[in-house]
Amino acid sequence: MKTTPLLAAAGAAVTLLALSGCVPNSSAATDAAGTITVDSSSDDCRVSTTTASSGTLTFSVTNSGDQVTEFYLLADDGLRIVGEVENVGPGISRDLVVQAQPGDYFTVCKPGMVGEGIGRAAFTVSGDKVQLAGDQQEQVDQAATNYVAYIKDQVGQLVTGTDTFLEAYLAGDDETARGLYATTRANYERIEPVAESFGDLDPMIDFREADVAEADEWTGWHRIEKDLFPPTAEENGGTAYVPLTSDERSYYADKLKADTQSLYEAVNADDYTVSIDAISNGAIGLLEEVASGKITGEEEIWSHTDLWDFQANLEGARVAYEGVRDIVEAKDPELVTTIDERFASLEKTLAEYGSLDTGFVYYDELTTDQVKQLADGVSALSEPLSRLTATLVG
Amino acid sequence: MVEPEPTPAKPGISRRGLLGLAGAGVLGAGAGLAGGIAVDRFALPPSAAASPGAGTVYPFFGEHQAGIVTPAQDRLHFASFDVADITRAELVGLLQDWSAAAALMTAGTPVGTYGAVNGPYTAPPDDTGEALDLPAAGLTITFGFGPTLFTSADGTDRFGLAAQRPSALVELPHFPGDMLTESLTGGDLCIQACSDDPQVAVHAIRNLSRIAFGRASLRWSQLGFGRTSSTTTAQVTPRNLFGFKDGTANIKAEQSDVVADQVWASRDDGASWMHGGSYLVARKIRMTIETWDRTSLKDQEAIVGRTKGEGAPYSGGTEFSEPDFEAKGQGGAPLIAADSHVRLAHPTMNSGAQLLRRGYNFVDGNDELGRLNAGLFFISYQRDPAKQFVPIQMNLAKNDAMNEYLRHVGSGLWAVPPGASSGGWVGETLLG
Repeated sequence: MKTTPLLAAAGAAVTLLALSGCVPNSSAATDAAGTITVDSSSDDCRVSTTTASSGTLTFSVTNSGDQVTEFYLLADDGLRIVGEVENVGPGISRDLVVQAQPGDYFTVCKPGMVGEGIGRAAFTVSGDKVQLAGDQQEQVDQAATNYVAYIKDQVGQLVTGTDTFLEAYLAGDDETARGLYATTRANYERIEPVAESFGDLDPMIDFREADVAEADEWTGWHRIEKDLFPPTAEENGGTAYVPLTSDERSYYADKLKADTQSLYEAVNADDYTVSIDAISNGAIGLLEEVASGKITGEEEIWSHTDLWDFQANLEGARVAYEGVRDIVEAKDPELVTTIDERFASLEKTLAEYGSLDTGFVYYDELTTDQVKQLADGVSALSEPLSRLTATLVG
Repeated sequence: MVEPEPTPAKPGISRRGLLGLAGAGVLGAGAGLAGGIAVDRFALPPSAAASPGAGTVYPFFGEHQAGIVTPAQDRLHFASFDVADITRAELVGLLQDWSAAAALMTAGTPVGTYGAVNGPYTAPPDDTGEALDLPAAGLTITFGFGPTLFTSADGTDRFGLAAQRPSALVELPHFPGDMLTESLTGGDLCIQACSDDPQVAVHAIRNLSRIAFGRASLRWSQLGFGRTSSTTTAQVTPRNLFGFKDGTANIKAEQSDVVADQVWASRDDGASWMHGGSYLVARKIRMTIETWDRTSLKDQEAIVGRTKGEGAPYSGGTEFSEPDFEAKGQGGAPLIAADSHVRLAHPTMNSGAQLLRRGYNFVDGNDELGRLNAGLFFISYQRDPAKQFVPIQMNLAKNDAMNEYLRHVGSGLWAVPPGASSGGWVGETLLG
């Protein structure tokens, strides 16, 4: 018995050697998987073939030069980019996967990432036309316009909602403030990835106590949450929770108001826009927020209003998804069907626990089986949704 | 495909047989690895002899405890203990008994006077028996002393050791994002048992905790499969459960200057009894692998700062190329992102501080939400945690893009005393 693992390993090693000995090195232009190799050296851009059949093409780009390089597949005008890989460091390989229609193209490498590039060569794709949507630029532009409008609307509502909430909090009307806490946050939770894209803002607005380093300042919604839903000494690591003084309340309220205003100004800047993949990644990111924070009850550890956040994340993900849905449907109708079904199923499951209008069940009142059912729904949706961006931009 | 017929194996080296060899000096200090290979070469094709054989024996006695710069074995059983309300003399007795048992087990021998199947017929066997017929499989047993051995949580100096507590044996601070569970944290004593055979590692912890009953009891323990670090240049870099190579830039045993500077405590550091010892940090890090698996390859690689296949830094080259943090990509942005793991953990970003990592992958079944309870049981050895682990982890906890997929749930720090001289016991420099 004791020598078996070693013998098995030795056998495997021999087998591997035998295999690599039997398989000849492919001299064909593409390997078995249909991969076209591209060697981007300091003075050339050698592509293993100049022709291919329409459909999914994989260019495996290896940088054999000593500068960071890029590889482009350009349309027949030599300008429009059909596909690109960038930031390929020396010695590194990276794949470009594109859906190529029949037609004339150019391949070109760009070591050093500047200038015209080198080794520009004609590349021809023959065969049947692949079923793809036509010119999507209009759809893409429309999706971005719509989503920016949605962001501005949500942040606008957040500003006024936060004001109302803070008025009650500062007046010492804790009951009203507690009632407004979760519903006001919904405007934030719907567009959370946007706030996160501004670096410092999300930590100041939405950090949980555990996220903060010792000696660093803890501010934002969850600081006020702890004050409105004070923990027992046992829940507070063994020490009695000391309520904030009215001066401290003013300080944290002013800070939250100012940080929310900064977010408002950022999304209302003249040059503010979002890219198409930021929209689809926003949908994916919101579901991951649910999976990592809400479904575990970590987000609202004092108020237990995690299902409000869950609902808002889901609504925000739905809006982002709908924005790009039609573009994706043209490329992968099956994926869209699956995502549609699973969105609807998860929305239905969550609705069994309440709504933003009438309130939800508190997280600490859910049974383990109920949490598991919700978690399964999140995983079921998240898995196909995680392919959204790749399908959208691929 | 043709499966080669396995060469009929000579019966392996039994645990008793190895003891005989070790006793005869064939497998002496430093020759342990080579000795193991020499023995196995009769039974195995030459290619297999390039890796440590199951018969490998690492000597228990020596200047340093084994299990630190020893080539990282494949399996781990780690255990933390609370010491009972006993006297200093009884604590000494426990440590002596542990060292004696560890010396036997690491040589491939059952514990006790009579072992597993001999001795008085009416008494339970000294050794629990599950490692009978198994070789030592590179077993190392490493002991450590936690801060609470020196000063209890309530400030009591139970064993008259408070004055000898090394300044390096600090209380670890709260790191951002920490979600520590009390029942997976701390401990008066710890034992790290590593082996290439999981049953041998478990046998070690089981028998040592049995020996301790009445004097110390298990507080928490962890099984690890699959090492996530290499501690010698001869080892291939393994992968963690994110699917990336882990420990490419680890301290390697061959870097004797770095090991001396970064791993071994010196009498000049303040606590002379720790000369030749080290400090062990353990962190149980849950990985949310389900969400990680839904992350694009591009994002995974950007978070790590290395390619997933080769493990090359994003700035270029191959696995062992030095990362070039100045290299710029499209739009002038750094190729290795500011919040990437490889950048933040690199010695140049941490005043030159390095760690000798010796972690293991773990999967403890699944949680109640149907997610694999999986992650990395991180272990690092360093000369001074306050100057090495703490600032590095603070930097990572504050800035690392990987944190979104990590939850630190368990933690501990122990002073690992120097090795025992032949016939002595670990801890003798402190309590002897």
